[in-house]
Amino acid sequence: MGRQDEPSLLPSRFASWFAARGWAPRSHQLELIDKARQGRSVLLVAPTGAGKTLAGFLPSLIELSRAPLPSPGVPPGTERRRKRRLHTLYVSPLKALAADVKRNLETPVEEMGLPIRVETRTGDSSAAARQRQKSAPPDILLTTPEQVALLLAAKESRELFGSLERIIIDELHSLVVSKRGDLLALDLARLKAIAPSPACVGLSATVREPDALRLWLGATTARGSKPVGGSLADLVAAGGAAPADLSILRTKTTLPIAGHITSYALPEIYAAIRAHKMSLVFVNTRMQAEFLFQALWRMNEDALAIALHHGSLDASQRKRVEAAMAQGQLKAVVCTSTLDLGIDWGDVDLVINVGAPKGASRLMQRIGRANHRLDEPSKAVIVPSNRFEALEAEAALEAVEEAAQDTPDARSGALDVLAQHVLGVACGDPFLADELYDEVISAAPYAKLERSSFDAVVDFVATGGYALRSYERFAKIKKGQDGRWRASTAGVIQQYRMNVGTIVEAAMLKVRIGRLRAARPGAPAATGILQRTGRKLGEVEEYWAEQMTVGDTFAFAGEILRFEGIIEDEVVASRARAGTDPKIPSYEGGKFPLSTFLAARVRAMLANPSSWAKLPEEVAQWLVWQDEHSLLPEYEGLLVETFPRGGRHFLVAYPFEGRLAHQTLGMLLTRRLERARLRPLGFACNDYGIGVWALGDMGLAVAQGRLSLDDLFSQDMLGDDLEAWLAETALMKRSFRACAIIAGLIERRHPGHRKTGRQVTISTDLVYDVLRTHEPGHILLRAAREDAATGLLDLKRVAVMLSRIRGRIRHKGLERVSPLAVSIVLEIGREAVFGEARDEMLAQAEAELMQEALS
Amino acid sequence: MNMAMSSLPLARRQCEIRIGADFFIADASGALWHEAERTLVFADLHLEKGSSFARRGMLLPPYDTTVTLAALSATMAHFAPRRVVSLGDGFHDGDGAARLSVDCRATLRTLQLGRDWVWVAGNHDPRAPAGLPGDHAPACQVGGVAARHEPRHGAPGLEGEIAGHLHPVAHIAARAGGLRRRCFATDTRRCVLPAFGTYAGGLDLRHKAFANLFDLARLQAVVIGERRIHLFDAPAVIGARRA
Repeated sequence: MGRQDEPSLLPSRFASWFAARGWAPRSHQLELIDKARQGRSVLLVAPTGAGKTLAGFLPSLIELSRAPLPSPGVPPGTERRRKRRLHTLYVSPLKALAADVKRNLETPVEEMGLPIRVETRTGDSSAAARQRQKSAPPDILLTTPEQVALLLAAKESRELFGSLERIIIDELHSLVVSKRGDLLALDLARLKAIAPSPACVGLSATVREPDALRLWLGATTARGSKPVGGSLADLVAAGGAAPADLSILRTKTTLPIAGHITSYALPEIYAAIRAHKMSLVFVNTRMQAEFLFQALWRMNEDALAIALHHGSLDASQRKRVEAAMAQGQLKAVVCTSTLDLGIDWGDVDLVINVGAPKGASRLMQRIGRANHRLDEPSKAVIVPSNRFEALEAEAALEAVEEAAQDTPDARSGALDVLAQHVLGVACGDPFLADELYDEVISAAPYAKLERSSFDAVVDFVATGGYALRSYERFAKIKKGQDGRWRASTAGVIQQYRMNVGTIVEAAMLKVRIGRLRAARPGAPAATGILQRTGRKLGEVEEYWAEQMTVGDTFAFAGEILRFEGIIEDEVVASRARAGTDPKIPSYEGGKFPLSTFLAARVRAMLANPSSWAKLPEEVAQWLVWQDEHSLLPEYEGLLVETFPRGGRHFLVAYPFEGRLAHQTLGMLLTRRLERARLRPLGFACNDYGIGVWALGDMGLAVAQGRLSLDDLFSQDMLGDDLEAWLAETALMKRSFRACAIIAGLIERRHPGHRKTGRQVTISTDLVYDVLRTHEPGHILLRAAREDAATGLLDLKRVAVMLSRIRGRIRHKGLERVSPLAVSIVLEIGREAVFGEARDEMLAQAEAELMQEALS
Repeated sequence: MNMAMSSLPLARRQCEIRIGADFFIADASGALWHEAERTLVFADLHLEKGSSFARRGMLLPPYDTTVTLAALSATMAHFAPRRVVSLGDGFHDGDGAARLSVDCRATLRTLQLGRDWVWVAGNHDPRAPAGLPGDHAPACQVGGVAARHEPRHGAPGLEGEIAGHLHPVAHIAARAGGLRRRCFATDTRRCVLPAFGTYAGGLDLRHKAFANLFDLARLQAVVIGERRIHLFDAPAVIGARRA
């Protein structure tokens, strides 16, 4: 606060500009100016609406406004002009954000008459503009991580970045959790090696471990000195925002035990939309978005302008929705995480989070989308879709009240990203292995990288890194007489430029309107050929499209479509007759698994009946019934129930580790039960528990001591059983595909010809099989394995859980399904949960099961 | 007893199919066998595909030729053919044979010893592979059926046709999700063989390239599973519109 007494921090020109706008500089803005004077790197943690971006740029504007300039009135050329050099580099995860920041910067630049040129550079910039930016850079360049990598791989990189004074990284909290963050960290290390001593500023939402981000940014290093590992940027935290006005939606209808579509709360959701100016309705998956959008329109008697926004929609359609939002033409937008980040699209005064929030930090980020004025509370409601989600919503509510965060742990840098970086460096600026290794380990995610791994990556980039050294003559990078590695041909450089980046989209198929036409007049319809006649609606994942058969109906882009077939890289679909219920797809499962933090809170709540008072009555009652008929899950331990049902034997466990971990656990458990000759038939899971059903009586086997639950859930399942499963799972192949593309083993596109996702999928699967057989220790398999551990398979969480529950497993043999198990049993055969008729069936099944549980 | 023991796995690994006026065995390896002529036909080996990609900067694991030749050796050991027909695209490109490693070249030469070997020309290898024995021909006959790399347009003549080139795979929609497997596609007039090569990709039977080749009423896919082969009729694999 004391800094506000130092008006000298803000030059008079800036002070009067603030005054003219009726603003006072905020303390964190002044603090950043002060830090800049001392040449410090800073992490600025601030809530939305705190003037974070301006704070980041003020020091640059001030420094640039002071640079020597030709005096006015002197004809150009008669006085030595300041040669424009790149002063500030701004990196944002979204290119739309770069454009938005440019607009916001233009205001002070123009109003104060500052001689500053600000430009954006994204994949959309023209080739001419991008070329010019290399030879005649602006003062401030606003860009994305991929463009930074490309600029660093250019011959001009030293010239371009040699004068860099400041690097601003926006939405740092969202970047550091991904491979894009790894790439940016490596690029940052490179920039620090090129520029004498740039100050780095990270702009971030509140996070659990600010130190991890401070370490990621690193302290400013003095000119010429070696980077110091493990040094921290300074921390500046802006004052907190007004506490959010957050509540859980209470409805007239009873909360269902299972299901994910929240149709019970539709009237209340609709009423809330009607009562507010503009609402953002967040859901967790594209399918939920499609369903909710359809359902809201069916009841939309007031013809409210409700739109749909998700990542699979065609870009032009998304842009239309965004523009309409910005102009205030919409009443509500049903969206997925595509609108979690970024620009203020309009005057949102209510956020509705439909379904469980899955993570407290994610929820806070979403709440921040409402009302971007710091001093007014953001208003948000959570709509749980079932009783477990009600527990989760309550836990999230408390976490938000305490401002407790659950952002993920710091990453360890991915090897495939490192491979891409090594190739990039070799393209722009031939490197010595020793020097580059030192530079790489100065980047926080790679601080623990072993030299042997680094060398293996260099070897991979050069010749594939195979024991069979048959590709020396095709080497992509070669070590010269000077000991420096450089790209061997211009073709390699072009290949790098075409493949830069870490975002690998799932193999996608376009969805286009069309239909099956008879090949010859009078021929049977079955011999017809598919014709694409209509417009492109968007894209769907290939693996999802491939499970459909002709005639299946599904909801997409706000319409009900009938699947006609796949031709080349397109799904052809026709419009279904009005009133058709979409049959496929089922709910795909939450994209984000329940966070460890929220899971722990839910377990704590379950174990403590005195906390149930704040829960909806039917939820509290449900827990009381569970207590009466079985046991309550304990905070640390694992409850395992067994019961017979419908001629099958069930085993239900409640680890609360999220869907991905449960799926992995389910695969491993069924293998072990198979070996114990209990003949498992299948398993189902949700974020909270897992149920396995079998022909063998698992409860009896436990009672007779033939099956030990300690053995069944022992940590060694992550040994041979895991290996055997990994050999055959498609999930591992998906992980590998992404690594192979990022590392440059497989091209995403050829110059002049785009390779489709379909072709890439086929070849990486074949390559994976060959590599597994012949070089199981290959660096890319290691990379894929590390991804799977934290990604699709969530092995890390399975491991932590198995160690947590050791010696704490309680078995309860039951005569029939327990109240909690109802929610898991209902997950079985869940492909039927789409559409309202299905919903009734589900409700009926639920009532019957509950009856059974309580009988 | 011995016979019963050996016929069980045989029955699962093979399936008799008619092409033109003759009968053939579709083998789970992906090869086609003609008993009377003791002729083994396989399509699209794409040998040295890995090194072909490596030349263009994609350094795929250099084990594809070894793996393909091992599968070939096993199949040949089982059938002991008098004549072998490589139905085109034996090598991924015109220089493939020159890039063979010393070991792989020796393996291939050993396989060629003591039998006739026909290299049918493919679009990837229109010319005879350099330095390897065997006849080179645009097409040949097996059991009176024309065998060529690319299937001709439209319905084949009465003599029937054996072809490769298209790398057919069948997509089977299962409850637990889709399965994609290599397959023979046949309608008794024409049979398109699956690709034998390790890195050879696949083309879904629903692709338009297949649309005019088969009589859909008779189309069957002989699908290559993990340990055995499975037979599917057209609707299961091409999802023909239900009447």
